[in-house]
Amino acid sequence: MSTSWTIYVVVLTLVTIAALLWLLLSNARARPEQSKAGNTTGHVWDEDLVELNNPLPRWWLWLFILTVMFALGYLVLYPGLGNFAGTLGWTSDKAADAELAETNARLESLYAGFRDRPLEQLAHDPAAVKVGRNVFANNCAACHGSDARGAKGYPNLVDEDSLYGADGDTMLASVLQGRHGVMPPLGATLPGNGMDEVANYVLALSGQAHDATLAAAGKPKFEGICAACHGADGKGNRALGAPNLTDDVWLYGGDLATIRETIEKGRGGVMPAWEPIIGTDRARLAVAWLLSQRAPAASGTGDAR
Amino acid sequence: MQDVAVETYNDKVVRQFTIATIVWGVVGMAVGLFIAAQLAWPALNFDIPWLTYSRLRPLHTNAVIFAFGGCGLFATSYYVVQRTCQVRLFCDKAAAFTFWGWQLVIVLAAITLPLGLTQSKEYAELIWPIDILIAAVWITYAVVFFGTIVKRRVKHIYVANWFFGAYILTVAVLHIVNNLALPVSWTESYPIYSGAVDAMVQWWYGHNAVGFFLTAGFLGIMYYYVPKQAERPIYSYRLSVVHFWALISVYMWAGPHHLHYTALPDWAQSLGMVFSLILLAPSWGGMINGIMTLSGAWQKLRDDPILKFLIVSLSFYGMSTFEGPMMSIKTVNSLSHYTDWTIGHVHAGALGWVAFITIGAVYNMLPRLFGAERMYSIKAIDLHFWIATIGIVLYIAAMWIAGVMQGLMWRATNPDGTLTYTFIESLRETYPYYVTRVVGGLMFLAGMLIMVWNAWKTIAGAREIPQVRVPMPAPAHG
Repeated sequence: MSTSWTIYVVVLTLVTIAALLWLLLSNARARPEQSKAGNTTGHVWDEDLVELNNPLPRWWLWLFILTVMFALGYLVLYPGLGNFAGTLGWTSDKAADAELAETNARLESLYAGFRDRPLEQLAHDPAAVKVGRNVFANNCAACHGSDARGAKGYPNLVDEDSLYGADGDTMLASVLQGRHGVMPPLGATLPGNGMDEVANYVLALSGQAHDATLAAAGKPKFEGICAACHGADGKGNRALGAPNLTDDVWLYGGDLATIRETIEKGRGGVMPAWEPIIGTDRARLAVAWLLSQRAPAASGTGDAR
Repeated sequence: MQDVAVETYNDKVVRQFTIATIVWGVVGMAVGLFIAAQLAWPALNFDIPWLTYSRLRPLHTNAVIFAFGGCGLFATSYYVVQRTCQVRLFCDKAAAFTFWGWQLVIVLAAITLPLGLTQSKEYAELIWPIDILIAAVWITYAVVFFGTIVKRRVKHIYVANWFFGAYILTVAVLHIVNNLALPVSWTESYPIYSGAVDAMVQWWYGHNAVGFFLTAGFLGIMYYYVPKQAERPIYSYRLSVVHFWALISVYMWAGPHHLHYTALPDWAQSLGMVFSLILLAPSWGGMINGIMTLSGAWQKLRDDPILKFLIVSLSFYGMSTFEGPMMSIKTVNSLSHYTDWTIGHVHAGALGWVAFITIGAVYNMLPRLFGAERMYSIKAIDLHFWIATIGIVLYIAAMWIAGVMQGLMWRATNPDGTLTYTFIESLRETYPYYVTRVVGGLMFLAGMLIMVWNAWKTIAGAREIPQVRVPMPAPAHG
């Protein structure tokens, strides 16, 4: 703020407060004749509207003065009068930084205890898993769901299928650096019945009901275009994040219409990079919690979807 | 010049605005009830864009503040300024323009807001062509009001008119400055301010809409209808002088408390906070002057439900003007801001103060305007009073509990530094309070429907519309 604006702010503030005090004090003195009951100002409006002139209630007067005194004191201690920083040197930035530093210092010992231990080991440590669950609930659940079982377009993180790899280190890399999964729109490369043919072939790959004639026509087209990423056998490629098309796990949907839509318009899946936001310590614990969630499912029923 | 002997008050425009007050009150509150129900049962938007909460919420706020409150202020200020100046309203044609112009503004708002046409400034959502119409109506309003003051027959200007005058002048300035924008089409425009400056101008407007539209204007109502209904003199002339000047000078500073912990510079936040605290005493000055006007006549409260409306409105005024300064303290604000506590605070003022004082004033003047002895049913006024009071208490208690709970849940952290609750958990816990609010709102609206019935019967049973003659002022005035 320039000096002239500071002067403007300071003068306007102090003149206003001074004027308020003058207004109060110049009307504060109760003259005896005004205290008498039934003593009106002598004005009459609309036939019967009149005014008494009782003195200002003392408690009210003091309440007013008290708030003014508080204001003046506050403006001495805290920023308020233009560029004058206040005697405490307080700023909201400094206060926020201090609180953050204090919290981080307090949490450092907690996170240090987990820092050098392998993910698989953390996944079996109840204390680590508990923190990891909280980190996940705060940051990841919005897309992947509080049970980590995902939603359309957001992968299930606790089933056996994985786009990039199910081991802890690969998952941690996904969290820290993020992922950008791209299925290009291929409608233009599959003219005529092409999309229906390929889509039926994909249905066949995953063992679903399909039109055998169309699927047979789609097979060479799949091998010519789609196999580049999904592999000739359709089992996908984890290096690219290309999904396995032969299982019953679908990110966007495994019915004919959805597969056709995916082929025609493509898909773009974004996992943001979380390292700048939550840091490595918290990310590792979130992954440990995911691993702990997966362990029982491996021997269990699997994901029916 | 008109022959003084046959001069009558222009009560036609007052009658029009009084009926509009009741009608828009029902409409605005019904929309409020509907969106309160949407928060409890979201399926009530029926997947129709025009019925979504985001479009109907500004319709509700505009309808209750500017349609219900605005028409109430037009009606009472025109009624009061004539009677306390003892002269007919200045320029009948201009007064008629303010009525029809204001109704046009309301109808345009009711069309454009559900269509999603908005400039996205809270309480100033209406698009620029409507803003120009508002400015034209408002300047005409000022001409009519101050024109009447100028030709008054009573030397001293009555205190109610100070407040009405301050509200009319200031709202003109606020409306014009906050809506300065560059139009890019008939429905779109860009504000001339940007960033934190835009936010500050918006909340300078926003809080003074509370301060001058919803406070100073309604204090004007209070200063006429409370002494008239109580048949008692105003408690203290000097208190009214002190609290008037303090109120109008301090309100101007309070806007930044809407922007605590934002990009607004610290110094501006501090000034907003300390002046909000100073505002406590000037606000209470009005409450004291109103309630103490009853001293020596307390027994009237027992029998007169109109007086109950007026006096309870002052109690709610005192309560919300205590709550406001407390919520402007930064440490309290860090808990209360963005929660339903704010909604509860606003409705303590809007239902308890603004609506109650308006309802009391309408009950007072409606029989006089239509030539009836009194309202058709005094018992119905009493029923209205109790059902509305219980409705308000349910509403604000629900929002207090919900708000404090939300604030505490949002700030709760685990020992590992993570948040204890997700947002959706706080929403789930709020559900019973949202339902309670619907019940409270339903009761308040039911009270308004009782008022509609009572007003209808009063008007239907009245003799011919009276032409009230302007009485000659007492010769020894001044």
